[in-house]
Amino acid sequence: MLPELGHFALILAMLLAALQAFFGIAGPALGRDRWTAAVTPAVAGQFVMVSTSVACLIASFVANDFSVTYIAENSNSALPLGYRVAAMWGAHEGSLLLWIFLLGCWTVAVAIGVSRLPPRFAARVLGVLGVVSFGFLLFTLATSNPFLRLDPPAPDGRDLNPILQDPALAIHPPILYTGYVGFAVAFAFGCAAMLEGRMDQMWARWTRPWATSAWAFLSVGIALGSWWAYYELGWGGYWFWDPVENASFMPWLMGTALIHSLAVTEKRGLFKSWTLLLAVLAFSLSLLGTFLVRSGVLVSVHSFAADPTRGIFILVFLIVMIGGALTLYAWRAPLLKSQAGFDLLSRESFLLFNNILLVIGAATVFAGTMAPLISDALNLGTLSVGTPYFNPTFMLSMLPLLALLSLGIRANWKRGRLGAAQRTILTTLVIAAIAGVILVYGVYSHGKVLSPVAATLGAWIILSSLVDPIDRIRRKLTLPRSVIGMSVAHIGLGIFVISVTTVESFTLERDVALGQGESAVVGNYEFRFQGIKPIEGPNYNGVEGTVVVTRHGVPTSVAYPQKRQYWVQRQVTTEASIQMHHGSNVFVALGDELGAGKWSVRFQIRPLVNFLWLGAFIMAVGGAIAATDRRYRVAPQAVTAPVATPGVAAGEGAG
Amino acid sequence: MNRFILPLGIFALLAIVLAIGIKRSPEKGIIPSPLIGKAAPQFTLPVLADSSRTLSSADLKGRWYVFNVWGTWCYECRAEHEALLEIQKLAQVPIIGLDWKDEEPDAVRWLAELGNPYEVVAADREGRTAIDWGVYGAPETFLVDPQGVVVYKYVGAMTLEAWQTRFVPRLPPRRAAKS
Repeated sequence: MLPELGHFALILAMLLAALQAFFGIAGPALGRDRWTAAVTPAVAGQFVMVSTSVACLIASFVANDFSVTYIAENSNSALPLGYRVAAMWGAHEGSLLLWIFLLGCWTVAVAIGVSRLPPRFAARVLGVLGVVSFGFLLFTLATSNPFLRLDPPAPDGRDLNPILQDPALAIHPPILYTGYVGFAVAFAFGCAAMLEGRMDQMWARWTRPWATSAWAFLSVGIALGSWWAYYELGWGGYWFWDPVENASFMPWLMGTALIHSLAVTEKRGLFKSWTLLLAVLAFSLSLLGTFLVRSGVLVSVHSFAADPTRGIFILVFLIVMIGGALTLYAWRAPLLKSQAGFDLLSRESFLLFNNILLVIGAATVFAGTMAPLISDALNLGTLSVGTPYFNPTFMLSMLPLLALLSLGIRANWKRGRLGAAQRTILTTLVIAAIAGVILVYGVYSHGKVLSPVAATLGAWIILSSLVDPIDRIRRKLTLPRSVIGMSVAHIGLGIFVISVTTVESFTLERDVALGQGESAVVGNYEFRFQGIKPIEGPNYNGVEGTVVVTRHGVPTSVAYPQKRQYWVQRQVTTEASIQMHHGSNVFVALGDELGAGKWSVRFQIRPLVNFLWLGAFIMAVGGAIAATDRRYRVAPQAVTAPVATPGVAAGEGAG
Repeated sequence: MNRFILPLGIFALLAIVLAIGIKRSPEKGIIPSPLIGKAAPQFTLPVLADSSRTLSSADLKGRWYVFNVWGTWCYECRAEHEALLEIQKLAQVPIIGLDWKDEEPDAVRWLAELGNPYEVVAADREGRTAIDWGVYGAPETFLVDPQGVVVYKYVGAMTLEAWQTRFVPRLPPRRAAKS
């Protein structure tokens, strides 16, 4: 009964989404105010229906209803309760429903937020969101219905994919999707502005907190995914440039460009058409990511599970949404003129460089991700693009970006003289360079050519981000959240850069075959293998090794790496042991049994690697602080007051 | 032309590439196997439900056979079972099963309940034979000729349609005509 109720609720949700789209776009266009007013009830109704549907699916998972195909394929009666809930988004059909549910959450939040805005504009925003939601609901119902029954019912389920049975991965999709879907809001604001044919600084102010929040969620989502890959996949890497990762990283890069470009549009009324284009592109890349991951075009392993009709549907949807928005852009953007000018060394210039470099970075990733597909489509043979391409080309645009950042946040709006800032810029650079050189040659005593350069840039970003807040506190000026948020996010970036530098330069790694009682030396650490013992969990069994770790002869810890075999899917997963010691992660993963009591074991010492995820998390916190700045919360009448105070214009929120 | 149309143009090109990508993706169901055109890997394994007997690749020489990799833990295998039974009824080529990483009682019960399309089933407890055959997910189905050469490999649940369109054309005409 529950699955049918959920299915029916989903159909009603699709009809309500269609109404929301129609009233939201046709109402303002034809000047029918009663249509316009009907949008909000449609939003509320759709959300209630989608929530009902989600609740039905989760309840069926919890109740182990294996007469539902999706549940039989992705759950098992031995699966712990928490994972039975998380199994709802463990595969394609359920993740789509999650996507729709999160879009519903954003839409409700927008409906509350835009109630202060001009009603026609608000209706258009909600109407565009209705179009997106309708497309996804239609797709789900037509090709990927999670409520389909299985006849006869399966006696037990096939279990959730074991590598997904992990706390970080269980919460990773909702957060990542919240970010992905969040860019739909900026997209809807952009489309609404283009439909109105009008876009001003107020528009940018309305859009900014939404774009920044989506960006913050996406940052946390990507970081969680990377952390999971690090400790669960057993390879000890944190980023693999695989299509699924790139699919989330491209919208992030475009979104980063968008939130910076929005700052210029809000403060100075410049870059209008460019900002619109970024708003469209950030969401387009989210959709494209969904397409690449879900259609099976790029995924080769077990691609028989991917359905070409789904691919065709998503492609048509992409053409309607992105093609429609870009057509609107080609038609309306020429109307948007920016009058003001700016000097070469003004903040506008630096943010322009920021945007250009971020878009080049995203294009680099895009080219690498699409290259195999394009070469296949043009019959040039199968091509594989990996780290050897991505690392150097991506760095080519990111290093200048990092260098310009420290100058840009000290520059003034409009005026092209760094003036009094020159001294602090030089001082911070010198201190950062000393810190960078000490870190590379003092602490780790070796390194590649780029190591001290990158470490210096990271330290410089942290120092430069501190200058403005300290200056304001000294002069007893107010410290708005936008400034705090911007500084925090940039400090997070600096920490991230330093961490990537140390990890890429100083990681030590060894794969060895060890028998009981034997040991291996990696850097300053000695690992003694004490043998293995069997273990048993709720739905798996396996073995656990015991490895005693000593540093310079002093015992530091005991590592217990595991290998698990899950009963139902017969899949083996590696649970590496990771312990932090002296700022480094000591990583021990158990490989295969080699016979004669020997096991292959992988050891890694990754210096400061935890700061990588910490840095990403701090960036997201910065975004959250900036998104809740006072000026986004006050009534629209009040915010028309002049914003820039003479003398402090330099720091006024580019976060 | 103005620069505002440029993004639309780039997107149009991309859409064409994606469309070609989709058109080709069904073909990816046939993952090219390095084994095709080469001799099928050698094996000697106990026969399911009769461990006193063994089946080896040498026993199969001299005739066409279908080599189907399955397991009771494999969900898609249940989906293809009906099709395998029908293919067996056509009596064009015998189906040899490889019960992969399975428990013997489960496998015996499965065949008793659902019907047995196999002439004989080899039990690959350790999964080594499956590795030799380059199997990376059940079900997978191979077509092997009388010289012991792998002619074709199909990944995913077998269907009668896949049999008629992909396997039958690769058989010698006289065998194919039997249907």
